[in-house]
Amino acid sequence: MIVPIPDLTPVTPEIIMTVSAMVLLMLELIVKNKSIIAFLGIATAGAVFYVIPMSYGETFGGMFISDEFSAYFKFIFLINLVLTILISLKYIQRQKSNYGEYYSILLFATAGMMIMASAGDLIVLYLGLELMALSTYILAGIKRHDIKSNEAAIKYFLLGAFSSALLLYGISLIYGLTTTTNIYKIGEYLGEAGASPAVLLSMALIIAAFSFKIAAAPFHMWAPDVYQGAPTSITAFMSVGPKAAGFAVIVRVFYVAFAEVQADWTAILIGIAILTMAVGNIMAIAQTNIKRMLAYSSIAHAGYMLLGIIAGTQAAVEAMMVYILIYAFMNIGAFAIIILLERGDELKDYEGLAKAHPLIAAIMLVFMFSLIGIPPTAGFIGKFYLFKAAVDAGYTWLVVIAVIFSAISAYYYLRVVMNMYMKELKEEAPIYLTPSLGLAILITVLMVIIIGVMPSTVSG
Amino acid sequence: MDKYILIPLLPLIAFAINIIFGRGIIKDRAHYIAIPAVFGSFVLSVIAFAEVAGGKVINYDIYSWIVSGDFRVSIGFLIDQLTVIMLIVVTSVSLLVHIYSVGYMHGDPGYYRFFSYLSLFTFSMLMLVMGNNLLQLYLGWELVGLCSYLLIGFWYKKKAPADAGKKAFIVNRVGDFGFGIGVIMIFLFLGTLNYTEIFGSIGMLTGQTINIAGFNVDLITVIALLLFLGAVGKSAQIPLHVWLPDAMEGPTPVSALIHAATMVTAGVFMIARFNPVFSLSETAMWTVAIVGAVTALFAATIALVQNDIKRIVAYSTVSQLGYMFLACGVGAFGAGIFHLYTHAFFKALLFLGAGSVMHAMAGELNIQKMGGLKKHMPVTYWTFLIASLSIAGIPGLAGFFSKDEILWMAYNAGSLGKFTWIVGTAVTALTAFYSFRIVFLTFHGKFRGTSKSDNRQEYHLHESPKVMTMPLVVLAVGAVAAGWVGIPELLGGGNWIGYFLEPVLGRPEITATYTEKWMVISIAIVAALAGVFMAWMFYLLKPEIPKNLAMKFKNAHTILWNKYYVDELYDFAIERPTKWIASNVLVAVTDNKIIEGVVNGLPAAIRNFGEKLRKVQTGYLQHYAMGMAIGLFVILALVVIAAN
Amino acid sequence: MPGTYIPSEYLPILIALMAATAIVVGGLLFGSILRPRRPYPEKLLPYESGNPPVGEPRERFSIKFYVIAMLFVVFDVEAAFLYSWAVAYGNIGLYGFWGMVIFIVIIFIGYAYDWKIGALDWKDANEDKDKDKDTKEG
Repeated sequence: MIVPIPDLTPVTPEIIMTVSAMVLLMLELIVKNKSIIAFLGIATAGAVFYVIPMSYGETFGGMFISDEFSAYFKFIFLINLVLTILISLKYIQRQKSNYGEYYSILLFATAGMMIMASAGDLIVLYLGLELMALSTYILAGIKRHDIKSNEAAIKYFLLGAFSSALLLYGISLIYGLTTTTNIYKIGEYLGEAGASPAVLLSMALIIAAFSFKIAAAPFHMWAPDVYQGAPTSITAFMSVGPKAAGFAVIVRVFYVAFAEVQADWTAILIGIAILTMAVGNIMAIAQTNIKRMLAYSSIAHAGYMLLGIIAGTQAAVEAMMVYILIYAFMNIGAFAIIILLERGDELKDYEGLAKAHPLIAAIMLVFMFSLIGIPPTAGFIGKFYLFKAAVDAGYTWLVVIAVIFSAISAYYYLRVVMNMYMKELKEEAPIYLTPSLGLAILITVLMVIIIGVMPSTVSG
Repeated sequence: MDKYILIPLLPLIAFAINIIFGRGIIKDRAHYIAIPAVFGSFVLSVIAFAEVAGGKVINYDIYSWIVSGDFRVSIGFLIDQLTVIMLIVVTSVSLLVHIYSVGYMHGDPGYYRFFSYLSLFTFSMLMLVMGNNLLQLYLGWELVGLCSYLLIGFWYKKKAPADAGKKAFIVNRVGDFGFGIGVIMIFLFLGTLNYTEIFGSIGMLTGQTINIAGFNVDLITVIALLLFLGAVGKSAQIPLHVWLPDAMEGPTPVSALIHAATMVTAGVFMIARFNPVFSLSETAMWTVAIVGAVTALFAATIALVQNDIKRIVAYSTVSQLGYMFLACGVGAFGAGIFHLYTHAFFKALLFLGAGSVMHAMAGELNIQKMGGLKKHMPVTYWTFLIASLSIAGIPGLAGFFSKDEILWMAYNAGSLGKFTWIVGTAVTALTAFYSFRIVFLTFHGKFRGTSKSDNRQEYHLHESPKVMTMPLVVLAVGAVAAGWVGIPELLGGGNWIGYFLEPVLGRPEITATYTEKWMVISIAIVAALAGVFMAWMFYLLKPEIPKNLAMKFKNAHTILWNKYYVDELYDFAIERPTKWIASNVLVAVTDNKIIEGVVNGLPAAIRNFGEKLRKVQTGYLQHYAMGMAIGLFVILALVVIAAN
Repeated sequence: MPGTYIPSEYLPILIALMAATAIVVGGLLFGSILRPRRPYPEKLLPYESGNPPVGEPRERFSIKFYVIAMLFVVFDVEAAFLYSWAVAYGNIGLYGFWGMVIFIVIIFIGYAYDWKIGALDWKDANEDKDKDKDTKEG
């Protein structure tokens, strides 16, 4: 019995990404100029982007699936990667963390996310998840001589390990019950054999593990500390990538493998969503540090996105996917502004910004409005589609709760705006504008506005 | 086809450039950006006109903002006969006002701001008239409201303009409120905001009723009246006319723009646009006609005794708008739009002429203190005279043809129509009288202002610069010739405009005979001439007559002088109670206790809660792990409970 | 039926597990019961090759131990994979061969990287290199 060589076409993007990451790792030892590494990273993203549409198919006996769904998420990961590299360039130099492996680890993390999005098997899923998670642990602690960064890394690592254990426990339970780890076969098996309490147990464990990745309450507690401690560029990266990857696998695992017990996980997710929106929005109000505030805001946004999973219709899932894309732009954009200013991460550091730098303040205003969901920004479009899909699916009451929390969120976002526009400038506000950072800000703000004005660009 | 998007876009771009770079780079060169932009819009409007005149109607969505199921929000253009007339009016008047402002606003510290607002104003109005859906109309509607606020209160440091700006905005809000409800009701019952779809399906609502406070009211009537309420506010009809005369506190070019092109005509345009809706409700139509007729008379009588030159012209606008509503109300939407079109020229001319006079008189507005300006400023005099002849309805000029058309249509429209015709004819005489009162008091006779010796007002008298007189001349040509497109068949014309507009606005059936038509025309001419003659007699021949009359009919004069005490009535009936309620109920109870309580209390409560919750976030790793474990166990417990 | 599945072929493993536990626990228990107990201070001291002990037993280890330990784990795992791969080699053919080559190359890249940045140098070279890297601008 000779095992045939499987079709490698569907994994080409991942292969390119990993090989490039390794090459960059080696290159870093030779090349002194780290910017070259960074640009090679962007070039890799471009190559992968080019390859993805040609890679549709299944391979490794159904363990790996490359379809339009995964392609969309991979697209988001690539955007996330490119924007993160752009905002990192000079920033990590100033943070005294200009290690070449920074970029290669970013590529590894992205590869992990891509594997997650394409996983057709729980083991592959776990593999991708660990690749992504281990990379992000390192990135969170890349400021080696900064105690906060170290703390962030170690907290993230330990709690992440905890959640990985939960996931593995859930996977092993479902394997024991169905004798397969293939997501589609599990779905078929459960469809025939029906659900047993042990299936629910496994489902609950997997929910807990994924909730950790998307930072949904009550598995969110790592997020504020880690977001605050990590370098800002990494915070931007983490607030989008792992979250998006988490949603990708949630969709695949729950809609396919656990389709049989949809009512059960929907009920659990409703609880989690409400709790997440409440915790995220309410805690954000009490924050004085903008990175920490955005950490809670990202928790709250995970809560909104969960509505898309809960509603359960095709339209709702699509709305959620659009929302993630929009969220990527507005969130990374906001972090880019934080990097640009670098006066400090405290809210009071933004006082009077509009007088010193009207354009930057205006751009930040756009991001804040978008995060609240005020038209004509992209944030409004995202929320509109998401909430409408949820209402159409019959979850009006849940949408009402979400809208109320959205209204609460205006309080803390507008506080940034108020600080910028209505307070007096106290001290000089130097900015650290570099071409790459400027480009990242330009891309994000343009996307936020373009999507806001012409939503048809994304709804297709 | 896509070039027409530039019509509104050019002024918008000009606005953006001027508002962003105005303070720093452009400063007093703002007109180099604004004028070419409006000129471009004007040229494109003419092209659009030619295309539509060639029989083409353009209707397309330029882009859809949100499409979600049945719900669609889009921006699109409907360029038909009605729209192109409006386009010509708006862009041409706006262009001339822009040019005039170069001279008038010269040296004003807010020069760039003024031009950027003018551009925005033009953009808003163009969006309003070009839209193919109600939402876009509403958007433009609100935007012109905003612009009028900005421009009327342009000299915001002075109290009167700032107050006038606020007044315009607030009074308009009353009408907009009704309009807004009307829009919502249309969407609610028809499920669309697109004109074509609305007009296609409005007929389905015929006969349906809606229960309001226990009465069953015809649905279409309710919708039409709500829309009309919006028009009443925007077009300054009774009882929401009070903002317009005050609006002259703004710079004079703004008044010209508001009165002639970009704001008050919006109401008439809207009614004309919605003629399929209005035509279905007789009640609504008669309401429109009667409000129009009463406003025309009412405003004309006030204008008789005022001394402020701009105020008289302002009341004349209210009166003329009344005419237009009267026309719409009797079903002659085409005549209404025709009058709107001719009125734009002579009214803009009157205002710009008044501005020119003000310029020469160093800001003096009282016509009793003028006189004899004819020899000092011949261009202003002749153009102003032409405008006055036109508005008075002297045969051959623009105002005559459009006014005649309205009176004829009113006469033709049944018994209530006859009543409006009588009112209209009376107003013709009044209009001729007050218009020539201005002419005679301002330009003829002796100068009554401060003489050379003390204030040097007389010494200062001069003709305005070319950049200001040129628009006057152009407008004067319009005031003469604009009406020639609508010469009735009876006088050998083809009434081209009436037929041009017919596909959109329809045309009532003519039942009266030729003899009657001759009668209507003759009476109108006689009334106009009588008005002019009376003014000549009163103010040039025997100047003591007005004083005697004022003494004799003291009460009537006082009432007119005080504009029927409408402002005072509002002050007494609405403003004071509102203020009282505001300070004693709203501020004391609602605001301080409830709103403050909620607005400050709720966030404070949430904040407190957040602070408390923050304690959960200890920073200790083991606590986080514990939190996760507890969360997991809760979920597991729920699952177990659910499973059993 | 998934619920009633009994993994009977794993029974010997279970028995071996129980036997191992019994022997360890039983041996210790047995010894503690039988041996005589006559403590004196010298006897209670920890045995350090006959020398009296100095200082606290709890000390901070150099981080380098952990780095070496991690490297060891990596190669250990590689070795474990190689065993099972070698056993199945007859069945998996060329695909298996190249798969293992790729795997080893990846491990090797990591190894080379570690070597180059000085993770394997026991002396201070590591720290020097670190400082060096921190200050150089890119």
